[in-house]
Amino acid sequence: MAKKKETIPSSLLTLTIGIAVAAFSVWYGQNNHLLPEQLSSQAPLVDDLFNIMLCIATALFLLVEGTIIYTLIRFRHRPGDETDGEYIEGNFSLEVFWTAIPTFIVIVLGIYGVQVYNQMGGFDTVGQVAHHHHQHQVQLASLPADESNPMLLAERPEYGVGATPVEGLTPPDLEVDVLGMQYAWIFTYPSLGITSGELHVPMGQDIKLNITAQDVLHAFWLPQFRLKQDAIPGQPTQLRFVATKSGHYPIVCAELCGAYHGGMRSEIVVHEPDEFVTWISENQVAQNPDLEQAVALRTDGDRLQDYTTQMGLDATTVQAALKQP
Amino acid sequence: MTSAQLPLESPPATPPPSGHHNHPEKWEWYHYFLYNVDHKVIGIQYLVTAFFFYLVAGLMALFMRAELATPNPDVLDPNVYNTLLTNHGTMMIFFWVVPAAIGGFGNYLVPLMIGAKDMAFPNLNAIAFWLNPIAGIFIGISFYFGGAQAGWTSYPPLSLVTNNLGQSFWILTLITVGTSSILGALNFLVTIYKLKIPDMRWDELPLFCWAMVATSLLALFSTPVLAIGLILLFFDINFGTGFFRPEMGGDVVVYQHLFWFYSHPAVYLMILPIFGVMSEIVSTHSRKPIFGYKAIAYSSLAICLVGLVVWVHHMFTSGTPAWMRMFFSIATLIVAVPTGVKVFSWVATLWGGKIRLVTPLLFAVGLLAMFVFGGLSGVTLGTPAFDLHAHDTYYVVGHFHYVLFGGSVFGLYGAIYHWFPKITGHMYNETLGRIHFGLTFIGTNLTFLPMHNLGLAGMPRRVALYDPQFEDLNKLCTYGSMILGVSILPFLINMIWSWGWGEPAPRNPWRALTLEWQTTSPPAIENFDEDPIVWAGPYDYGIDTQSFEEEELSVDEMLAEVGQEMK
Repeated sequence: MAKKKETIPSSLLTLTIGIAVAAFSVWYGQNNHLLPEQLSSQAPLVDDLFNIMLCIATALFLLVEGTIIYTLIRFRHRPGDETDGEYIEGNFSLEVFWTAIPTFIVIVLGIYGVQVYNQMGGFDTVGQVAHHHHQHQVQLASLPADESNPMLLAERPEYGVGATPVEGLTPPDLEVDVLGMQYAWIFTYPSLGITSGELHVPMGQDIKLNITAQDVLHAFWLPQFRLKQDAIPGQPTQLRFVATKSGHYPIVCAELCGAYHGGMRSEIVVHEPDEFVTWISENQVAQNPDLEQAVALRTDGDRLQDYTTQMGLDATTVQAALKQP
Repeated sequence: MTSAQLPLESPPATPPPSGHHNHPEKWEWYHYFLYNVDHKVIGIQYLVTAFFFYLVAGLMALFMRAELATPNPDVLDPNVYNTLLTNHGTMMIFFWVVPAAIGGFGNYLVPLMIGAKDMAFPNLNAIAFWLNPIAGIFIGISFYFGGAQAGWTSYPPLSLVTNNLGQSFWILTLITVGTSSILGALNFLVTIYKLKIPDMRWDELPLFCWAMVATSLLALFSTPVLAIGLILLFFDINFGTGFFRPEMGGDVVVYQHLFWFYSHPAVYLMILPIFGVMSEIVSTHSRKPIFGYKAIAYSSLAICLVGLVVWVHHMFTSGTPAWMRMFFSIATLIVAVPTGVKVFSWVATLWGGKIRLVTPLLFAVGLLAMFVFGGLSGVTLGTPAFDLHAHDTYYVVGHFHYVLFGGSVFGLYGAIYHWFPKITGHMYNETLGRIHFGLTFIGTNLTFLPMHNLGLAGMPRRVALYDPQFEDLNKLCTYGSMILGVSILPFLINMIWSWGWGEPAPRNPWRALTLEWQTTSPPAIENFDEDPIVWAGPYDYGIDTQSFEEEELSVDEMLAEVGQEMK
């Protein structure tokens, strides 16, 4: 397989190419900008894994494609040459080499991938069952199978991404029940008495989402958080995360759920902790039956502000519109 | 090569046209539209039928790309869009790649390559083919009633509540083609095991046949499980059962297991025969023995075995326990090893050859280039941590189109060009073939490469409506799909024109060594006028170049040569 160069030894050329490929791959693995912003404690873990896989993939891609192109040019058929190529049936050591290297790579990747998954909280399913199953008893009680078989309920693990090994069995700071339905997400805060169409969470706190679906399968995806979990009718699932930055980010349904699946989008709003307290108090009042109090808290202009900004209206236009009878 | 003698029971020269042979001397055009037990007729029936469905499903893709050119759902009704995405996938898999690769080339080539007169069970073979048009009618009826709209995966409960009539006929369609697939698989295994001419050692079996062994085993093991899942779904829809109805105590995740137990191996059903095709094309046109025959043959079997235990990687975000996510992640990653062995072996086969970049090899090399990319993105998806982000996004759509379009469809094109002279008796037009390749290669990359970026940035799959920030890249994909649409024209013109008026093809235009090239082009009805002789291994290029120089060696001359060698 050695190249027949008269001046430069082929090993030197190979070495240079190898270094160049390695350098480029490492650089591209770290600077690919393919993934969106990182919003959760898990996101950097996932991105590091992806970047390393991308780095290895880039190197392999360049080597294989480069070899293909080089081979096609160097060993192209010359007109008039009717002879065959050299009779080489194989090379055992070479074959062992290119079986062993990928095996090594995928096993290391596999172990590293599982480790990342563990750090993200993918493995702690035991503690959660004991800790949280009381909540789902209510939901599942409506299902005849579970009524007739309480054992099933008690044993049923809750799938998803749960507490990280560090958090262990500590209860989360805030729990939100997430219900998927065609074509919306409903967020209920059992401890706060709030129901919302958007997910509001405080930054830096340990949030646990209890995810269910009412009608068909949905998938709760937070692209900036690198988290996704199917919402399954009759089977509760969960996601647990810490938001690391404030702002508005998309919630996407990632499992085909019907004709308007593409429109099943919502928003996660990550608040600074004090902002979140304000949001809670406003919404507790807003969802209180005493309507006068609720209206008094915010002017119409304030309440509509989010929507008017989205529609591209400025404050004066809104004020003018509000004044009209 | 011990048995150079003619087998005793068959006549030495041209068989008499009548007598114990119950067929005409040559098939007329209308024979191809009738029930016929000749494996070559059946192979062509499969190929042409499959190609028709490929055009239909391709047209669906063009409509979907038209819809996706803008973020708003403004071209198609959302229900129609879902019908298209469901049936595009269904038809491309069950009516194009699987029947064309296994039914078409498997049937046409396997008996010829092993020197048999036909498949082991010719009638079963014909029945297996004719199940396909019946399935075609079923899917037509499904369409008439609005079509299945729950994706080709048809996960309940969505498939239970959406367009029941269309969904039911879709299930009947799949069960019918599944049955066809099982019958075919059985036939291939028995044929290769029993009808291979005795002269041919197992390590002289063409690699396409080894690939068909692996494919058939996989189809036999996995297809029944899909049928079970679909029958239960059918009962849930029509007879009030509750296997997958959570409100009746059913479990929707069980369906996903049953579905993917078949449908992940289905990916290998679509690529293993193509791997076989690759070995034939690469070795022949680079004029060099295949590098690592045994490694390639065994790696097909390894893919077949490991491929049976990776299905849960489609369900990392579903209701699956952590240990499953771990086990299936590792198993999935391991599939990369035998696949890598194949890729490296083909590259090593090219290395040092006398590479003739004719159209079949162009498509084979194009396949190699794109399959490497699709394989690498596949490895990333095998890790659950990253899959949580990428699952059900356009990243996945990009990935599987690289392996299924860049892989399987390129392989099918390569195979069509490679065996066109044998099948039709005419040469195809090389210039049109190269134009076809160029357009397809550019179109494929332009359509499917940007999808990876889209998915990673946050665009889910199976949507008609998407966030406006993704518009630019989607436009690019749509332009690419237009190029792909146009690329079919030079191919169609080439095929139709060459079949009718192309230059007549000799027996062995590529000077290839597998047995199908020893007979006439197109082959006689019972394949070989004179019994084929295994006078060289299937890939023994470069041993004795002189003997290949005379193009049309008659069998007598070959026999004489073999006789001399033995002395």
